[in-house]
Amino acid sequence: MDTAYSATHRPETFRDETFRGDFSYANSPGNIRHFPFPFHEDHYRYSVNIEPHVPGLPGSAFEHLIDVDEHYLAEMADRAQVLAEDPLRYQALPHMMLAQWDTLELLMEEQARAYPHLFTLERNGDQWRWINRPLGIDDTFTFGDPSTLPREPLDYICRQTQGDIALMDQREGNLWMDAGMITAQADWSLDFDVGMNFHEWHAPVPLAPQMGVFDRALKYLLNLQVGKPVRRLNWTMTINPRLDTSPETYPKWGPDRTTVTPENVGQKVHLRVELQSLWRLPRSNGMLFVIRGYMMRMDEVVTVPKWGRRLPRVLESLPPELAEYKGLSRYRQTTIDWLKRHDDGAPTSPGIFPD
Amino acid sequence: MQGATIRSRPVYPGLAIAPLARRHIFALEGEGAGALLDIAGDLTPEVLGRSQILYVARGSLGVGHHGALQTLGAAFWAAPTVQPLLGRLDVELSRSHMGTRLYLAGTEGFIGQAMQVAAAHGIDPASVITEHRGSRARRVQCVHCKGVTEGVTASPFTCGHCGLNLYVRDHYSRRLGAFQGVNIDAEEPGAVPPPEELYL
Repeated sequence: MDTAYSATHRPETFRDETFRGDFSYANSPGNIRHFPFPFHEDHYRYSVNIEPHVPGLPGSAFEHLIDVDEHYLAEMADRAQVLAEDPLRYQALPHMMLAQWDTLELLMEEQARAYPHLFTLERNGDQWRWINRPLGIDDTFTFGDPSTLPREPLDYICRQTQGDIALMDQREGNLWMDAGMITAQADWSLDFDVGMNFHEWHAPVPLAPQMGVFDRALKYLLNLQVGKPVRRLNWTMTINPRLDTSPETYPKWGPDRTTVTPENVGQKVHLRVELQSLWRLPRSNGMLFVIRGYMMRMDEVVTVPKWGRRLPRVLESLPPELAEYKGLSRYRQTTIDWLKRHDDGAPTSPGIFPD
Repeated sequence: MQGATIRSRPVYPGLAIAPLARRHIFALEGEGAGALLDIAGDLTPEVLGRSQILYVARGSLGVGHHGALQTLGAAFWAAPTVQPLLGRLDVELSRSHMGTRLYLAGTEGFIGQAMQVAAAHGIDPASVITEHRGSRARRVQCVHCKGVTEGVTASPFTCGHCGLNLYVRDHYSRRLGAFQGVNIDAEEPGAVPPPEELYL
């Protein structure tokens, strides 16, 4: 390990916060510039927008390939609660065991390399020792032998990694979503979709299929190489900082969408961004799909003047079908009206980062 | 052409005899009998001698096809309802060898359930020959309580298990053999539009 390594983004403390009930989730002032703001121009445009997943701007969510931030412990606690209530959020078809081990290795290696003060991985042949200091875990196990871990490898490591995880098997010229742990999703059900191929699980998405977006994306992904992961950003909006906006629990969070008023937009409406990364797995030839979610409420967004100007412009240009699909219809205009107060009409610089 | 735009939904190309198969198992539900009767001309004595027909009359609008199917001359077995038919299919498949072809015809919900039985025996869904006949009723899984409701013809409808008002999303899981039902009045409880008979 490189002893001279010094990360700009190096979380030392973790916020004590909730994603339900009193919704005490918030970003520290220092964490706002860490947010992966998803719009690089003032107009909404649908695109596959895939780029190499390489280390990016220091301090940003792109600095490390598997990003850990101040919400780590709170997210892991929320995930454990979701799984306790609904174990079907974790799925792994029997033929995915090798891909599970691939994933465990990758997530341990990446986190230990980026955050040596938080995680340590010691490898001695197939005898591995994993230390996770924030969660107080120190386990020794035999790589490849599921009986030496307290849970299946994917279940085990996903409970220690921020972001939803899906594993794809590659066969018959397609990708099949055959395993995953999905507890913070934007309204799709792993239990329903597990076992589907790339086109099948995207069936409910409007517009994009007609544009050939998925055909092109699949063709690209089938050729993904080991050691050359790629990423894209996806986004939606969520009322209250609720991680678990699954279809399963829709009756619990659906009513939140009717509670937005001109007075509470800044507090209640959150921009929700997924930094999606895709990794070819070396042993199984499967693919790891990490859906790393970030949430930021409107009055945090507008502390960055460029983002405050751009977001209302993008929301105004969003096609109605997509606004409906993303569930924004009820509160889109109220949110635009509130944001407009922070848009002085000045031009914005290209790219996603603050000026 | 229903559902041509639902990319998660299987296509049901229609029954056609695979001449090289060593055994043919036909599982037919209701109007699905007609799918086999329509290709009776392709059923040579050799094919019939290797065939097993499993039939349930459900959904046949009161007209059973027992007589017509029995006249074909293949081994024939009739079930009173879908459940015992699926049980018998399970038995037949457990005693099948390489070279067995499975043919399914009937409503989409029936095909989906029979496919689940086949999948449990390691049969590749792409190798199963299917034809949709009869009602367009959907088999729907409630995404909230996971209960399955059979024969859904209208959306929205009331989940037979948890009682939520569900609309039927155009999304189909082959693993579950069902469409997805999602609460329609989650955002404004009680705001339920009148049901439309979309899947008769």
